[in-house]
Amino acid sequence: MHVFADPTNFDAYVSGFLWILKLTGASAVIALVIGVLLAAMRVSPVPVLRGFGAAWVNIFRNTPLTLVVFFCYFGLYVTLGLSLSQELDLNRYWLGVIGLSTYTSAFVCEAVRSGINTVPAGQAEAARAIGLSFAQTLRIVVLPQAARSVIAPFGSILIALCKNATIVGTIGLLESSNIMKDLINSNGDAVIPIFLVFAGTFAALLIPTGYFFGWLANRLAVKR
Amino acid sequence: MTTGEPLIVLDSVNKWFGPLHVLDDVSLSVGRGEVVVVIGPSGSGKSTLCRAINRLEPINSGTITFDGQTLPAEGKALAKLRSEVGMVFQSFNLFAHKTILENVTLGPIKVRGEKPAAARERGLALLDRVGIANQADKFPAQLSGGQQQRAAIARALAMRPKAMLFDEPTSALDPEMVGEVLDVMTSLARDGMTMVVVTHEMGFARHAANRVIFMADGKLVEDAAPAEFFANPRSERAKDFLSKILTH
Repeated sequence: MHVFADPTNFDAYVSGFLWILKLTGASAVIALVIGVLLAAMRVSPVPVLRGFGAAWVNIFRNTPLTLVVFFCYFGLYVTLGLSLSQELDLNRYWLGVIGLSTYTSAFVCEAVRSGINTVPAGQAEAARAIGLSFAQTLRIVVLPQAARSVIAPFGSILIALCKNATIVGTIGLLESSNIMKDLINSNGDAVIPIFLVFAGTFAALLIPTGYFFGWLANRLAVKR
Repeated sequence: MTTGEPLIVLDSVNKWFGPLHVLDDVSLSVGRGEVVVVIGPSGSGKSTLCRAINRLEPINSGTITFDGQTLPAEGKALAKLRSEVGMVFQSFNLFAHKTILENVTLGPIKVRGEKPAAARERGLALLDRVGIANQADKFPAQLSGGQQQRAAIARALAMRPKAMLFDEPTSALDPEMVGEVLDVMTSLARDGMTMVVVTHEMGFARHAANRVIFMADGKLVEDAAPAEFFANPRSERAKDFLSKILTH
């Protein structure tokens, strides 16, 4: 463990995981918002919106994340000149957030859509019958009931998102996997311990997350 | 009972489910304050007819007019029309995540913009009218079928509808609970509510209806006063149907 006893290395390790947490947090919020909107489009009566939602899901769910993140950097930033911050690191961070959230929103959309399908059709019919609009029907009647069956899949999506955040390392952000690579390069005698510490940190973050979502899903399911 | 121009008019309405002709050139008018009971064998199109009146089922041809206005196709105008037509379903369809009182006040608050306190007070009065005021804070799953259906009727009434549609309101109920729901419906009919009722309850048809419509194979076969229909059905189809259900 002499590697992490060195304060410089330890700080790098901490800042690497802070980037991961920040990437996960921002991307989760944005992906949730976009994903729910996409799901609303996919069940809407307007064909153009349904088509848009389906196209988004098909494109981003079936494209490797590395490719999406690369496109954000080399396409959006380098070629099209989209710069999101003067600071190099922050720019990479936000480009990474764009890539992660567009990609993850496709999975959120499909989880929400399958949740909507668990709500009996009569619920939406009754809502329409008292004069609620499509948006009100979805927001007040269907989504709150769908949410209960969507909690558990959301847990899996969040866990995948957190691990996927390491891919932003490929565009130069010094997140955990990049830090790990650097530490391994300069400490060839401690490869296995370094691996174990990084893997263990991910596990320590994500195993409780999984249990939390499982607990939440059970709690809300019983209330029905 | 009938006064002025009819409230609901269907003119040559056709609907297909794929190759199945579920509504075959149906024309019908329902006057204000009139109670029309629709009966017929399963698959005769009577539920579809009922659901077409507030456009839960779109039709393929013909016109449906409600209160002098042709049914709007989509959007705000359709939502407004639906808010003026109460609908009661076979499977109740109470909002499972809302209490009984919230079920009743949701429409008035969200669609009509009523103040929550006022909606609540009126909601409680309506629940009292259908005899379940003491269930106001429970969730639908905690109530019996009969209580749920009465709550569903209160939810529809809360919108102060110009007409009420009942799509087999007692078919999903245990026999002992049918009476309590029919009592509420009978009192509504007595108070002058315009009602279209799809049902298999011949007793209700006899004593509460102004007219009985008999449907078979998507066609409107007979349209008569209940006494006349039950005593002297004109068509073979209706005679056959009545002989099967009235002998038991």
